[in-house]
Amino acid sequence: MSFLSNVISGLSLGSIYAIIALGYTMVYGIAKMLNFAHGDVIMVGAYVCFFAVGTYNLPPIIGVLLAVALCTALGMLIERMAYKPLRQAPSLAVLITAIGVSYFLQNAALLWWGSDPKKFPAFIVVGEQNGISLFDGQLRITYVAIVTVVACVAIMAGLIAFTGRTKMGKAMRACSEDKGAAQLMGINVNATISMTFAIGSALAAIAGVLMCSAYDTLLPTTGSMPGIKAFTAAVFGGIGSIPGAFLGGLLLGVIQIFTQAYLSQELADAIVFAVLIVVLLVKPTGLLGKQIQEKV
Amino acid sequence: MKTEKKRRLRRNTRRSLINYAIVIAAYAIVQALNAGGNIKSSLQGQLVPICAYIVMAVSLNLVVGVSGELSLGHAGFMSIGAFTGIVAATALQAAIPMGWVRLLIAMVVGAAFAGLFGLLVGVPVLRLRGDYLAIVTLAFGEIVKNIMNILYVGIDEKGVHIAALEGSRLVLAEGGVPLIKGPMGAVGVAKLSTFTAGFLLVLVTLFVVQNLVDSRAGRAILALRDNRIAAESVGLSVTKYKLMAFVTSAALAGAAGVLYGLNYTGLAAKKFDFNTSILVLVFVVLGGMGNIRGSIIAAALLTILPEALREFADFRMLAYAIVLILVMLATNNPTMQQFFAAVMEKVRGTFRELFQKNGETVKGGGNHE
Amino acid sequence: MKKFLALFMAAAMVLAMVACGNGGNNANSGTGGNNDQSSTGGNIDGDSTGGAVTLKIGGIGPLTGGVAIYGNATYWGAQVAVDEINAMQSDIRIEYKYEDDEGDNEKAINAYRSLQDWEVDVIYGCTTSAPCVAVAGETFADRYFQLTPSASSTDVTAGRDNVFQICFTDPNQGVTAAKYIAENKMAAKIAVIYNNADPYSTGIYEAFAAEAPNQGLEVVSVSTFSSDENVDFSVQVRDAQSSGAELVFLPIYYTPASNILKQAKDIGYAPKFFGADGMDGILTMAGFDLSLAEGLMLMTPFNAYATDERTVTFIDSYKKLSGGVEPNQFAADGYDCVYAIYEAAKKAGISDGMSHEDICAALISAFTDSGFSVDGLTGSGMVWNTNGEVSKEPVAVVIENGAYVNM
Repeated sequence: MSFLSNVISGLSLGSIYAIIALGYTMVYGIAKMLNFAHGDVIMVGAYVCFFAVGTYNLPPIIGVLLAVALCTALGMLIERMAYKPLRQAPSLAVLITAIGVSYFLQNAALLWWGSDPKKFPAFIVVGEQNGISLFDGQLRITYVAIVTVVACVAIMAGLIAFTGRTKMGKAMRACSEDKGAAQLMGINVNATISMTFAIGSALAAIAGVLMCSAYDTLLPTTGSMPGIKAFTAAVFGGIGSIPGAFLGGLLLGVIQIFTQAYLSQELADAIVFAVLIVVLLVKPTGLLGKQIQEKV
Repeated sequence: MKTEKKRRLRRNTRRSLINYAIVIAAYAIVQALNAGGNIKSSLQGQLVPICAYIVMAVSLNLVVGVSGELSLGHAGFMSIGAFTGIVAATALQAAIPMGWVRLLIAMVVGAAFAGLFGLLVGVPVLRLRGDYLAIVTLAFGEIVKNIMNILYVGIDEKGVHIAALEGSRLVLAEGGVPLIKGPMGAVGVAKLSTFTAGFLLVLVTLFVVQNLVDSRAGRAILALRDNRIAAESVGLSVTKYKLMAFVTSAALAGAAGVLYGLNYTGLAAKKFDFNTSILVLVFVVLGGMGNIRGSIIAAALLTILPEALREFADFRMLAYAIVLILVMLATNNPTMQQFFAAVMEKVRGTFRELFQKNGETVKGGGNHE
Repeated sequence: MKKFLALFMAAAMVLAMVACGNGGNNANSGTGGNNDQSSTGGNIDGDSTGGAVTLKIGGIGPLTGGVAIYGNATYWGAQVAVDEINAMQSDIRIEYKYEDDEGDNEKAINAYRSLQDWEVDVIYGCTTSAPCVAVAGETFADRYFQLTPSASSTDVTAGRDNVFQICFTDPNQGVTAAKYIAENKMAAKIAVIYNNADPYSTGIYEAFAAEAPNQGLEVVSVSTFSSDENVDFSVQVRDAQSSGAELVFLPIYYTPASNILKQAKDIGYAPKFFGADGMDGILTMAGFDLSLAEGLMLMTPFNAYATDERTVTFIDSYKKLSGGVEPNQFAADGYDCVYAIYEAAKKAGISDGMSHEDICAALISAFTDSGFSVDGLTGSGMVWNTNGEVSKEPVAVVIENGAYVNM
């Protein structure tokens, strides 16, 4: 039974990584940049929802929508102010700018919202219960875990459908293949990239709300560690690949929980990262990444 | 053809010499100001870390700028160097009373260990490309941090003892001292690092890196960076040359770690985390990829900057973030670049005129690049 | 372009160095000016300070970064005491300046050096153990008196006559916890969850694990995590549950502890929980479900629910300074530090013009004097031994209806 409990914990944690990783991978696929500020957008989303629901007593759904709306706006603003001027610059210059944005968001949050931890309101409940018990209470599944896993699958399916079927999605894929050619075909590359950031940041807001519903401590640094883990997950699955990010996130969560449960807690991080290294050595472009043929 | 080659070589040599000159001049100025008591204690305390960060930046530039591989785990090598160096320096305390000899030995030991790990990591990992390589180096840095956090090392008359997980497992004979205590890190370290030692290490680093870059191997590394397939097709071994850059860089980072570690009485493993790796990467990118001089100046300036911003109190780190973003935007903006280039051309023109005029009266006047 | 950048930076560096060089001469002029972290207690007029001695206390702690919450608490807590003392218009006037160390050794040394430029007399800090060890090495060599509010590792004071603590040491807490649990017969089977990457947490755990068998306690489950930012404790909590532990000892800070309480409740595990002083503050978190902490026991020297006048006034002034944040044990430790320094300075007869070496020697002999004791928020009759460790009565409380009740 504890094995099953561990699987559920792993999937629940992994789904959160996966949603964050989906945002990473979308942005990477189209803009070809590692948006290190992504984790901090998550934090902002969680704070917005916290204040809307916890302080102003708005209905949770409004709080979530508000977080999504503000994060979308924030993501597009960051892209417009900090990344767009660097479209022609070397990719590392953009990486450093992203790190600058990350520092900025963290320290702005620290000044604005203070360094004291906030406890996120638990609103994913049915009646008085926050979960269901199975096998005489030996196995408990929280509603948050269920919602997280379902949301994660839904988001992945939605993204696949979006990039595969819609006009905007196809434009994104075109930009991801070749920006110059896409422009020649009449695609507005800047608008497409801006849209990508909007989607990525909206996902970050959702991830923030779900993460803080499951693990309810909220600090200005809340986004940074999950951000790094999700970045790892995205690369693990093959960066730029939507199913890859999903798979990478889930696996990372499960591996982390299993390592803690069955191998070593002190060395959990080291073992998780060692597994990652081994996988990448065997499959150098991640689990579902495309092997890109280099041309001479 | 031959003269062209000669000219290029001369240009490289001159560039290297200017770098040495800048470092020596900076050292001389600081020492002179110091002798006059004109340097604030706060800046004085930063001199050794600045040297360590310069070495870190120059060595990372060898991997990121010259070799063209993104590494996000450079602090891991610094950590290995720092802790092995501390153990070496402390173990030899009784045998060798002279501080600078122990510092030198510690640096060699730290560099050797870091280089060894560079080799162990580099052989399998350099097969990966781009962001995949980046994530593996990131993972390496985190693994090192994690392992250092649970490591306990002590010294008694029988030698060095190592235990993992819990301090109580470290059994020492009477008179033995625990040296590295897990999450607390190294405690009771005898401070050996001096600004002069740091300055010498910077010179050695410059010597190693510049000579490597200007050598036959260095040109092979550059060729592999610019066009891997073309370079391979003329018979250059990818692994050999990439590894050469990677291991050299790791060893230098280890030496920097020793310099850094022996500058404090206490050193915690969590210092060498992802953020420190990123910090060094910021030095490299801001100073210019492959630009050694840029790395030196960026490392020195960006180490001083947060301290200089202490006036801003709470807004200090916010100001640092804004400066970072603005500098990146400004230096990569085409209009600004053109503007700066035009200004530079004008300045250069004025200088040239001046020198030409002087040249008529003063033979062998200064040569300005 | 790169050349330009290089030149630009070189010019800036020279400027910075020159600026720093000049700054050395007028380092004193900036005090109490535009820097909002420096306070001289503005309500003292020129006449009353005529005969007063000025003592410069320089604080070090994290105001930014992951552990900023603790640094801010010690910063504000000491500020309350400074304001009170300066308002008393006694013989000693305190100038107070606080520098950020981000919880990092290197930054802590930088902070210390910049306080030296401010011509500090006494060092108050650091907040966390590892930076405190690094700074203590420097103050010991430079001869500054140092009093830390919360760096509880024995490595802070070991072998240094100038460094004193106002908090209990980690081993002391571990041993006290084991004794307390055994003497009150709370439980026989104990589980421990601690942070193996934190010296504070590891220090308490090791002492507890060594003492537990002596007290007839059986430690049935030990699990760890390696960052205070860790959020998922499902494995640790289940481990404790399946081992059948009746009491879970949590020698960790309250932020991760609050997650453990919630996740234990989520799986329907309800043992007794017992914490150390890092647990204090758990009730102050905005949005915290107080029912989770019902019955939680902790050893804290500071009781924010006490009704004595001094505590009430302190909480009042503190909340004004912090913008509504509730004080915790760190804040109270900070408050007591300033009073301890003040009392010792009065006893030692500190006078203007004394060098920091002399002040250091005078304060050391005052602190270790057998007749010297300090009454504060975290204990009355606090006395220090020559190791710099404090001796005061440990207090354990239990949380009932969202408030501390003495056990």
